[in-house]
Amino acid sequence: MAEKKEKKKSKIKKIQSAGHMRKIMADYFYELNNAAKAGSPKIAWCTSVGPAELLLSMGFLVYYPENHGAILGSTRTANDYIPVANAIGYSPDICSYLTSDVGAFIKGETPLTRAYEGIEGVPKPDVLVYNTNQCRDVQEWFNWYSKELNVPSIGITTYRNIGEIHDYHLEAIVGQIKDLIPTLEQISGNKFDIDKFKHFVGLSRDCTKLWKKVLETNTAVPAPISFFDETIHMGPAVVLRGSETAIEYYKLLLEELEGKVAQKDGAVEEEKYRIYWEGMPIWGKLRDLAEFFIDLKTAVIASTYCNSWIFDAFDPDDPFTSMARAYTEIFIVRDENFKEKYIEGMINKYKLDGILFHDSKTCPNNSNNRYGMPERLQKKLKIPSLTINGDLNDLRCYSEEQAKTNIEAFIEQLEAK
Amino acid sequence: MKYFAGIDVGASTTKAIIINGKKEILGYSVNDSGADFEVAAEQAFEDAKSGVGVVDENKSFVLSTGYGRRNVQFADSTKTEISCHAKGSFQEFPHAHTLIDIGGQDSKIIKVDDSGKRISFKMNRKCAAGTGAFLEEIANRLKIPIGKLDGLAVKAKEETQLGSYCTVFTATEILTKIREGVEVEDLVKGIFGAVIKRALEMDPLDGNIVMSGGVVAHNPFFVQMFSEKIGKEIFVPSLPQYTGALGAALYALEEEGG
Repeated sequence: MAEKKEKKKSKIKKIQSAGHMRKIMADYFYELNNAAKAGSPKIAWCTSVGPAELLLSMGFLVYYPENHGAILGSTRTANDYIPVANAIGYSPDICSYLTSDVGAFIKGETPLTRAYEGIEGVPKPDVLVYNTNQCRDVQEWFNWYSKELNVPSIGITTYRNIGEIHDYHLEAIVGQIKDLIPTLEQISGNKFDIDKFKHFVGLSRDCTKLWKKVLETNTAVPAPISFFDETIHMGPAVVLRGSETAIEYYKLLLEELEGKVAQKDGAVEEEKYRIYWEGMPIWGKLRDLAEFFIDLKTAVIASTYCNSWIFDAFDPDDPFTSMARAYTEIFIVRDENFKEKYIEGMINKYKLDGILFHDSKTCPNNSNNRYGMPERLQKKLKIPSLTINGDLNDLRCYSEEQAKTNIEAFIEQLEAK
Repeated sequence: MKYFAGIDVGASTTKAIIINGKKEILGYSVNDSGADFEVAAEQAFEDAKSGVGVVDENKSFVLSTGYGRRNVQFADSTKTEISCHAKGSFQEFPHAHTLIDIGGQDSKIIKVDDSGKRISFKMNRKCAAGTGAFLEEIANRLKIPIGKLDGLAVKAKEETQLGSYCTVFTATEILTKIREGVEVEDLVKGIFGAVIKRALEMDPLDGNIVMSGGVVAHNPFFVQMFSEKIGKEIFVPSLPQYTGALGAALYALEEEGG
């Protein structure tokens, strides 16, 4: 009853498609759970921007521990588990997805059991496949599971701080993707089939195009969906890319958001300011921050994070190279010049009034305030920026009062303009 | 007579200030914030009103600011301490400047332009190093009343260098220095120096510099040290601890259309 009452009070506008998303996410986790119990199909754990299309083409079901990390964060259970991983030698300063996920595994707990009746744990992997384009922590994360579960961990080591992408970058990544195939054939028992690979790259491309259109509905004034909702609706683009299910879902969501645009039904009533969120979400505070910004009549409506699952390069006719390009041209592995130009483009495209940098304590690769970027962008774009300290999952690193005072003062500054 | 009140409920102390429609200060008061911000705000407000001939019937507008601004039930409006400090500082120094406010729980560097518009601001990270809380903690460890720090620092022969970022580790470092025979005066000057270092790390200090806050109000030697370190004159408002409260009162006046 208490929960019902609280829901009624929420100022966050409902997105009707969310019901369908919950269903397809549930189906996804049940399918993994059933496969883990039956031992077939084989399960690959994959990093969020790892070679999922290759794995799907070889018959694996794909599970994403980073998604599980986000679930631990958004259910505010991460802080129950982070200390467990700290105690076995994984520092509180490293990725709190890693520490919360490993800690939860050690304790034999997962929010999936509470969300989905009958699921007893995360689906055990047959192989672990990483791409270090997110960070080196994902490799360490998978190494821990590899030793713990006696499962092979294989992957791709990316380039970092790339300016222009050259053929030699792509050739090296293509070589590494191809090197994965023999091990994957052995574990799955399936021969690599280029046509299947092309098929899944095509599905991922279609998914990513729709996801891009979803995000671009926010170029409208008022913007129909907040960043905080986007991070939730991004789920299928992360874990169900390479499936018709995700494509159908984004068609549905897009239609709903286009309807909101036509009706000028903004996520924030009387939208006054439009803000860019740079960096990771603070998963345990999504709802709280969403409501806080609504009170400030401020729409947080564009972000690097949600745009990181747009892979323009996917081309089923050239699956290896296009996949290598897609996973190499993402923001997180690019140099400061690229990142600044990218954000500048977003500021103009989405007609934004300010930039909020989230300095996420345990996620240096997604904390782009650390090398002077806010100051440089502020000078160049003549729009203010604000940095708040926090973390993706470890709420010990987030001081609520300070963060909110900073945000409120930032909006007061925009008002006084 | 109409009056306008600003109440700044800080983490350590609560300040109230009352002005009239001509922006003249009629009364002011400070007390500890304690655990009940509402009570602290009421007390500061009552004390500020007493003896200045202000009666409630003439009340015009109360605006609260500071860490506990939302706890002031009798306030008509709220604004962040960042906006209020900028406003209060510009009232006394009406030209472009950089304000450094060292508060009980946080430090702020706020830049305003020639029209008083805020250009940027930075607050310390959530750690209390570099704030009044740091000085309180170290004074407590040294068993020195907080009010005596300035008098000791001014007598120092040299400034003890403290290397840690962290308040707790600094306290440990100080114990080591005491064992090594370092003079208390030099240690106190060292902790002033540590607070100054934290402020210098936050933002470049451009143009004219103004300093405010309780630490500044009670420790003139701290301001002198700061000035020597940056090689610039530092301007201090006549009521440095009330800068935020004054800004709040000025906003109250504006919001009421006075």
